[in-house]
Amino acid sequence: MSILLTKQSRVICQGFTGKQGTFHSEQCIAYGTRMVGGVTPGRGGQTHLGLPVFNTAHAAVAATGADVSMIYVPAAGAADAILEAADAGVKLVVCITEGIPVNDMVRVKEALKGRDVRLVGPNCPGVITPGEAKVGIMPGFIHQPGRVGIVSRSGTLTYEAVFQTTRLKLGQSTCVGIGGDPVRGMNFVEVLALFEADPKTDGIIMVGEIGGSDEEAAAEFIHANVKKPVVAYIAGVTAPPGKRMGHAGAVIAGGKGTAADKYAALERAGVRTVRSPAELGTAMAAALQARRKGAGKPKAAAKAKVKPKSTAKAKAKPPARKAGKPVAAKKGAKRARRAPARRR
Amino acid sequence: MRAPFAQNTGRVDSWERAPRAATMNLHEFQAKELFQRYGIAVPRGQVAATPATAAAAATALGGSLWVVKAQVHAGGRGKAGGVKLCRSTAEVSQAAAAMLGTRLVTPQTGPEGLPVHQVYVEQGSPIARELYLSLLLNRDRSRLAFIASQAGGMDIEEVAAHTPEQILKVEIHPAVGLSGYQCRDLAFGLGLEGTQVAAFEKIARGIYQLYIDNDASLVEVNPLIVTKDGGVMALDAKINIDANAVFRQPTVAAYRDPSQEDPMERQASEHDLNYVSLDGDIACMVNGAGLAMATMDLIKLHGGQPANFLDVGGGATPERVTAAFKLILSNPRVRAILVNIFGGIVRCDIIAEGIVAAVKTVGVSVPVIVRLEGTNADVARRQLAASGLAITAASDLTDAATKAVRLAAGRKD
Repeated sequence: MSILLTKQSRVICQGFTGKQGTFHSEQCIAYGTRMVGGVTPGRGGQTHLGLPVFNTAHAAVAATGADVSMIYVPAAGAADAILEAADAGVKLVVCITEGIPVNDMVRVKEALKGRDVRLVGPNCPGVITPGEAKVGIMPGFIHQPGRVGIVSRSGTLTYEAVFQTTRLKLGQSTCVGIGGDPVRGMNFVEVLALFEADPKTDGIIMVGEIGGSDEEAAAEFIHANVKKPVVAYIAGVTAPPGKRMGHAGAVIAGGKGTAADKYAALERAGVRTVRSPAELGTAMAAALQARRKGAGKPKAAAKAKVKPKSTAKAKAKPPARKAGKPVAAKKGAKRARRAPARRR
Repeated sequence: MRAPFAQNTGRVDSWERAPRAATMNLHEFQAKELFQRYGIAVPRGQVAATPATAAAAATALGGSLWVVKAQVHAGGRGKAGGVKLCRSTAEVSQAAAAMLGTRLVTPQTGPEGLPVHQVYVEQGSPIARELYLSLLLNRDRSRLAFIASQAGGMDIEEVAAHTPEQILKVEIHPAVGLSGYQCRDLAFGLGLEGTQVAAFEKIARGIYQLYIDNDASLVEVNPLIVTKDGGVMALDAKINIDANAVFRQPTVAAYRDPSQEDPMERQASEHDLNYVSLDGDIACMVNGAGLAMATMDLIKLHGGQPANFLDVGGGATPERVTAAFKLILSNPRVRAILVNIFGGIVRCDIIAEGIVAAVKTVGVSVPVIVRLEGTNADVARRQLAASGLAITAASDLTDAATKAVRLAAGRKD
């Protein structure tokens, strides 16, 4: 398995014949992604990169059976393209476009609620399941099929984590860039839930940054639901308050969203944190090793307990600490398992 | 369990005021112009660029009490001397003369302050009560929310931190829009009564419509006042516009005032560079916002201080790299430059070419430490070595940061 994307995924590209759409579709095809067509309004019936072009996402999905859409439509029309993809019935929408107005995303987010579709992005590098398929702008060659799931708000920092885990021969199960915008599709919590339930993923690297409180939500979720080792880095310890650091969502506002708060929340949840992004790979390797040696066979136990959660459900109920005996027992077990490694 | 649409609990989770750089800011007089267009009651006022026109404005407005306000893109003007109460046109003229042409320094401007090119002359209002009202994005919920408080005229973040029970919050469903009951929840929560409730609803609806129509990222009224004769009006007005949406907002785009922007940050944006000035002495040039932040953090972690945040973007070209070097070097504090590039789609050899060209043309006199990784990194490293320039190669992130810190401190060991 892996999450979100496999060799079998049938992918269309919206904004297919544009410069970005063309370049990155070519790269995806070269990587092995099963691209089945594209959408550019007004160019339906043509062929591009050897694939059929359609006027609408509906037509593209009807003709190709696509279940994934990759969006390079410019910012002014990107929110519309997301809605179109969802309406056409794809299960995964990956929006690469940067600079979508926030109010557009507020409406999109609401419109997608309760529907059987997942949105990754916008303003993100996309999703890759190494050795199978990539949907996005990441350089395929640095990846290697393997056991670490990576989820990140930043593109190039994801590549750092990938590069290190490849060098250490851990490889990656799937890498998900959730994007740097304040209002986006999938958040850490939803991706963490998928990684936790994925038998191919043994450990999770999470790369957060200043702004918002998704890392804090992730910490709560990990504490209550994630048994696989998680290594986290938060970018922006030195970022001054009130300044946007490149990403629209990377800003400390009203004293909220600092890296210090996020580190504290993650550490309270038993996550191994690193202060340098150069240590992501080695920390993950150490965590996996400690787990194999120390914990007996938590894998089987973990598998039995985790049930895949639908995104809607995970969102409706923020992972507040549950009361009762089983959880207390679980907490204790987790501490015991993680404590030795944390002391390093 | 939270109510689905509205919540008037005191808890403030992660709503936040939009920051300067993420947005385009409007002056108060521009914001009030928009307020009037949306039927939001404001005191009568006129903008003036000279003491004489300020006095003339006061005469035209009439009455016997005026307020002269410096027009800068920053709050905290009152304590900084940017707001003066005047009882004659002569006083109005004097107050305007004292402000115009100066730089106003408030807690929000930094030590260099912001230039005052205009003042806003307004009729004085008899204040009975001061309230707070704003509309902004609640990131955690991906929805807009009104924040209101009876503690008007104060720093709302302080109020939220110390007396959260004084904060009212109403969240708006994007398809449903603002409902009447939500306006009433806020109005009664603010202690308004009688005709004030309807007057408040008109203001709240105006603010919501203005926010949506103009792609605002913040509308803030602090204070919203109840006048002695029982009216409700916006005494101050702050509007920020979502920078990503300015392309479709020609009206507000025309409100832009470059004199209020950081010159280096403005120069950077002209070259499609994301730049933020910091206080340290090690400059960095990085591709990608996350890696750029991480590079700053690494410098600090290894005992140095970053001079800036600079993201040259995913599609860095030699031209952009040259522009970035020029920008970095215009900061006299810089004692070393750390270039950190992870080449994905962008090839490292292209970047290396840019670095060599930039170092030659710009004439770099401080140590340059370069870490290149990813696509064609080997080629790039050979290029740099063959250039004959004094460029220090770094093998990885940690090596790059330690070398930069050491060289900035002037140690060669």
